Amino acid sequence: MKDISYYPGCSLHGTAREYDESIRGVSDLLGIQLRELEDWTCCGASSAHCTDEELAIELAARNLAIAEKSDRELLVPCVACYSRFKAVEKEVKEHSKKVYFPYHGNVPIRYALDFFCDEAILEEVKKKRVKPLSGLKVACYYGCLTVRPPKVTGIKEYENPQHMDRLMKLLGADPIPWSYKTDCCGASLVMTRTDIVRRLGGKLLSMAKETEADCLVTGCPMCHSNLDTRQDELGKEVGDDFDIPILYFSELMGLALGHKDAKKWFGHHITDPIKVLSAKGLV
Amino acid sequence: MINSNSLLSEVAQISGEKVQDCYQCQKCSAGCPVAYAMDILPNQVLRHIQYDHREKVLGSKTIWICASCYACSVRCPNNIDIAKIMDTLRGIASRSGIKLGEKEVPVFHSVFLDTIKSKGRIHELSLILQFKMKTRDFFKDASLGLKMYRKGKIKLLPSRFGGGKEIQEIFNAFEKGER
Repeated sequence: MKDISYYPGCSLHGTAREYDESIRGVSDLLGIQLRELEDWTCCGASSAHCTDEELAIELAARNLAIAEKSDRELLVPCVACYSRFKAVEKEVKEHSKKVYFPYHGNVPIRYALDFFCDEAILEEVKKKRVKPLSGLKVACYYGCLTVRPPKVTGIKEYENPQHMDRLMKLLGADPIPWSYKTDCCGASLVMTRTDIVRRLGGKLLSMAKETEADCLVTGCPMCHSNLDTRQDELGKEVGDDFDIPILYFSELMGLALGHKDAKKWFGHHITDPIKVLSAKGLV
Repeated sequence: MINSNSLLSEVAQISGEKVQDCYQCQKCSAGCPVAYAMDILPNQVLRHIQYDHREKVLGSKTIWICASCYACSVRCPNNIDIAKIMDTLRGIASRSGIKLGEKEVPVFHSVFLDTIKSKGRIHELSLILQFKMKTRDFFKDASLGLKMYRKGKIKLLPSRFGGGKEIQEIFNAFEKGER
């Protein structure tokens, strides 16, 4: 059994609970033991870094210092937290930034999607897949921070990423090629300039609908919340009508691996995925 | 020679980015998903920094509208991390006393930080209620909130854990200028 530190972040303890539950569920099935960081605190995203960079560094570094007490890798499912942690790692490692907490840049920080796309894990997934997602057309939506900036994420194919597509293919789904894979949904403005979010999200869902995808797949709690919860508004904005489930990649992994709670996770969505999935005979 | 009191040198010092390298190819603005809502375009922001048009830049809507998606940063032929510069500008603007170009975005960031300070983690319901207290817009998204509550997405109470005190110490140290 592989041991790994786990930083869920604030969203996964709230609106993104199905992401947290499915990451835990899938890890369990793959023999990965998640050890939640003790007394973790908010990483500061997405407000600290645009208010005071020094404060932002300390807020993230506190958590990284806790992780550095062990030699385990750190699994981070929220891409905003991941991006902040990587930015701080870069400051400490490459620019010799001194931080107050005992953190020296020695924790391998793994974004959940990248982690589950490791060759060794994909091999396990292949072996343990019990319910191939046959006939399910998925639009892989990477969004911004899962791939950008590449100096932080290390992703080489940042304009047309393929790793989630490969994972979906391995699960038996049919990832469709589409051009909005890495376009921004505007999530950081959702509370303040909802008009912008409606326009950006509406465009994304229109394109997904045009490709006839059954669902959109994401690994970002902000994109998820943005696109899942207000589809009626997004539709009105662009003069369309949407009913496109937004799924976490980990939920589809859980489904293909036959996790018993998969249906429970789907129950937390505002745009119901069960309809589409049962039409394909998957739930 | 760069004047050391200029906005250009202040931005360079905080962000480490070389704004003077920009030669106005406008690739940043062409690929920006929110450019349509900005009052000055990202390439214009860089030019105004070069010309030391402090109020124009720090009082702009643009620096708050930027969604930090990094499309500009990865496409800049001169490797200028424009999204990072926007972060830097937001910080300088907030400290400057200049009238800010957007009302609610900076208020949201300050409420967000207050929530971290008081709770250690973001409790979404507290954050939203605090924000609504500040903006006095109580009905926006109220029915959505109810729908989300029914789906088990809204946690009524913040979680209990032991890290909050250290967070308060971080904030106190910053407020006193000790860090």
